Amino acid sequence: MTTATAYEVNGQTIDHDEEGYLSDIHQWTPELASVIAKSENLDMSDEHWEVVNFLRDYYEEYQIAPAVRILVKEMTKKYGKDKGDQKALYALFPYGPAKQACKIAGLPKPTGCV
Amino acid sequence: MSEKSRKKFLYLNRRAPYGSVYALESLEVVLIGAAFEQDVSLAFLDDGVYQLVEGQDTAGIGMKNFSKTYRALGDFEVRKLFVERESLEARGLKESDLMPIVWEDEDEDWAEKPSIAVVDKAAMAELIAASDVVLSF
Repeated sequence: MTTATAYEVNGQTIDHDEEGYLSDIHQWTPELASVIAKSENLDMSDEHWEVVNFLRDYYEEYQIAPAVRILVKEMTKKYGKDKGDQKALYALFPYGPAKQACKIAGLPKPTGCV
Repeated sequence: MSEKSRKKFLYLNRRAPYGSVYALESLEVVLIGAAFEQDVSLAFLDDGVYQLVEGQDTAGIGMKNFSKTYRALGDFEVRKLFVERESLEARGLKESDLMPIVWEDEDEDWAEKPSIAVVDKAAMAELIAASDVVLSF
């Protein structure tokens, strides 16, 4: 867990809150996602990107981040049972597929997330 | 979850979406409460009907336009949104002025079904009377 209050990307500083969520969600870039992931000790794979991109699309459409069980259901619908699997999602994001993936996706902490 | 521990929750929404925090708070409680797998209904009456009007634009008031979030309710298995006909009529609104809100039926290959039902005052009263828990916003 990072203690700094900002991420550094391409010489720019991007502020975040005490838990690492962006102060201004409009400052997100894919490069920043990799930086946030690194601070969470994650390396972004294609599977990680699939979840992050899904969350960003969902937020764009509904202005909220989905809770985990919604994420599982929607990923199943979109990518099939292999991807819409709670265990597989936790393997990608050990601190919670909604909570941690939302942070990397530059979104607010999900409502009612666990 | 056993039927015994499943209660009928009704969230009453009576205020305009912006200008007070009630509408957004109600919506957030509904989304959080959805995790408890209760039988949830939402009712919109008085100025609360404005919460579902299509084409909301909050750019001028510097608030987040959370109206899109109502369309996510189906994903959270909240599928019953009742709107009072008399409240719509008193404000010169019709059902067609409301956002289309649907839920997807897993058993029918994700067929989209409407979540909004416009009901009259008498039906609304029955709905309230038949609920175990009524939360008013």
